[in-house]
Amino acid sequence: MVAAVPSAGDALDTSAAISIRGLVKRYGDFVAVDGLDLDIRRGEIFALLGPNGAGKTTTVEICEGYRKRDAGEVRVLGEDPADGARRWKAQLGIVLQSGAGDSQLTCRELLRAQASYFSDPRDPDEVLQLVGLTEKANVRGRALSGGQRRRLDVALGIVGRPTLLFLDEPTTGFDPEARRQFWSLIRSLRELGTTMLLTTHYLDEAEALADRVGVIAHGRLMEVAVPSSLGGRETAPAVVSWTEDGVRRSADTATPTAFVRELAARFPGEVPDLAVARPTLEDVYLRMIGEPA
Amino acid sequence: MTMTPVRPDVALPPLASVYRTRGSVELKEFFRQRESVVFTLLFPVILLVVFGAVLDYDIGGGVTFTQYFMAGIVAAGILGASLQNMAISIATERSDGTLKSLAGTPMPKSAYFIGKIVQVLAVTLLIIAILLAVGVLAYGIDLPSGSDWFTFAWVAALGSASCTLLGIAVSSLAKNGRSASAMVTPIALVLQFISGVFFQFSQVPVWMQTVASFFPLKWMAQGLRSVFLPDALASAEPAGSWELGRVALVLALWCLAGLALCVATFRWQDRGTD
Repeated sequence: MVAAVPSAGDALDTSAAISIRGLVKRYGDFVAVDGLDLDIRRGEIFALLGPNGAGKTTTVEICEGYRKRDAGEVRVLGEDPADGARRWKAQLGIVLQSGAGDSQLTCRELLRAQASYFSDPRDPDEVLQLVGLTEKANVRGRALSGGQRRRLDVALGIVGRPTLLFLDEPTTGFDPEARRQFWSLIRSLRELGTTMLLTTHYLDEAEALADRVGVIAHGRLMEVAVPSSLGGRETAPAVVSWTEDGVRRSADTATPTAFVRELAARFPGEVPDLAVARPTLEDVYLRMIGEPA
Repeated sequence: MTMTPVRPDVALPPLASVYRTRGSVELKEFFRQRESVVFTLLFPVILLVVFGAVLDYDIGGGVTFTQYFMAGIVAAGILGASLQNMAISIATERSDGTLKSLAGTPMPKSAYFIGKIVQVLAVTLLIIAILLAVGVLAYGIDLPSGSDWFTFAWVAALGSASCTLLGIAVSSLAKNGRSASAMVTPIALVLQFISGVFFQFSQVPVWMQTVASFFPLKWMAQGLRSVFLPDALASAEPAGSWELGRVALVLALWCLAGLALCVATFRWQDRGTD
C-alpha cells in the first residue's frame, strides 16, 4: 500500500484533519520549512520523523496556531490555524514539546481546571487512570518526575476530548517501560477515533504507532509511507552475506531465496556464517536524512 | 480562498465558570508558594514590626513615625502585591510554558487576566488587613475615620490597578521569573526610598522627590498619608496640601499608560518563537 501524497499544485483537502500546501517558514536567513505538502486523514495516526532542527516542531506549531507561516496554505479541521478561533481550539488537544509548565496545583486540580475550558471534557480521574497517574492525583505538578510530568502533559492534552491530538515528542525522557505504556494509551485513543499528529525521533515509536510516517529533513518531506514500505524497504534488495575461502563476502539481490539455493549448491554442507538481511527502518531513515549527495 | 465557517456545533463553557476556575487557580498558585507568601505578604509586616520597634519618635504634632510609616508600608505592600507579584509571576509562567499551554486551549484570554486580578485583590486586601491589625494591636496606630476610609479605598484601588497593569507590562521585558525579580526588586526598593515610604517625604532631596513624582508609588503613599495623618501635617507635603485631585489624576493616567503598554507588549510565548 502506497499512501497518496499531495503535491504543491493540488487543492487543499478541507475534509482532511490537516491539509498543508507549499508551507514555508523562515527565521531570518534560515529556512526551517521549505515547501511542505501534506494531508493527514481523519482518524489516522501520523508520525513526523526527523532529526533535531528538521522542521518538525515548526510545522506542528504552525498547525496549532502558535507560529505564523511565511508562505503556503494550511487547514486544520477545515480552518486556517492563523485565525485561532476558540471553537476551533476546543476540538484540539496539544502536547507541547516544552510541556505545560510548573504548577503548585495537584494533578487532579490541574486536570479539573483544564477540563473547565471545554464543554464536554473527559472525567479528570478517568484521564489520570488512563495515563497511570492515579496514585499521583494529589501530588503537585512541580513535584512530579520528568516522565510523570510528561504523562501529565498528555493527560492535559486529552482531557478536553479532542478530535485532533498533537503530540510533540511526547516520550522524550521516558524509560522503555513508560514508553510501552504510553504506546498502549495512544492505541486506545485511536480506537476512540482521535486523529493524532505525532513527532518523534524514535524510529521504533513511529513504526509501532503510526499508520503513516513522514520523514522530514531540512524542512522538506523526504517521503510519506506506511512504516513497512518506507524508503522502498519492502522491495529493497536483500543483502546476503557469507564467508568463503576465509573472506567475508556479501551480495545484493532481489531474489534472496534463489541466491541462497545457488550458494548452498556450491558448498558441501552449511554455508559458513550465512545471513540474509533487509534494510531496517533505521537504514532507510539514515539514508533519507543524510545530506543530499 | 473561501473560509470554512467555524463549526457551530462546538460548544464552549459559560464565561463565568471559566473565570471562577482561573480565580481559584491563581489563589492556589499564590498561597501555596512559600516564596511569594513570605516576600509579598510577610515582608511588609516584618518591616512594620521592625520600624515600629526601632523608629518610635515624634514627627511633630504628637504624631509618631509609626503612624506615618503606616501609610508608606501599606503603599509598599500594594506595590508588592501588584507590580512585583505580576512582573515575576507572569514572567515565570511565560518562560516555563504555562502561558503557551493556556493559549492553546479554548480558555478565553480574558479569563487569565481575571484570575490575576482576583489574586491581586485577595493578596492586597489581606496585606492591608494584616498591616492594620499589627499596627493597631502592637503600635497603637490610629485607624482612619469617616471619609478617610473612602479615600483609602479609592487610592488603594487606583494604585493597585495601575501597578497591576504596569507589572503585567514589565513581565514582557524579562526573560524569566528570576530576571524579572532581579529587575523589579531593586526598582521597587529605590522607589520606596525616594517616595517617602521609609523616610518622611519632606526629608528626601528635592530632585529625588521630582524623580519619584513620575511614578505611581509616590502618589499612592501621599494619598494614604492623607488617610493616616492628621490634616495639620498636610503642610509638610511639597505642595502644602494632600493634592488628592492630582493623586487621582496621576494614578488614573498610569492606569491608561499601563493598559496601553500591556496591549502593545503582552506575549503568550517567549520572544522569537512565533
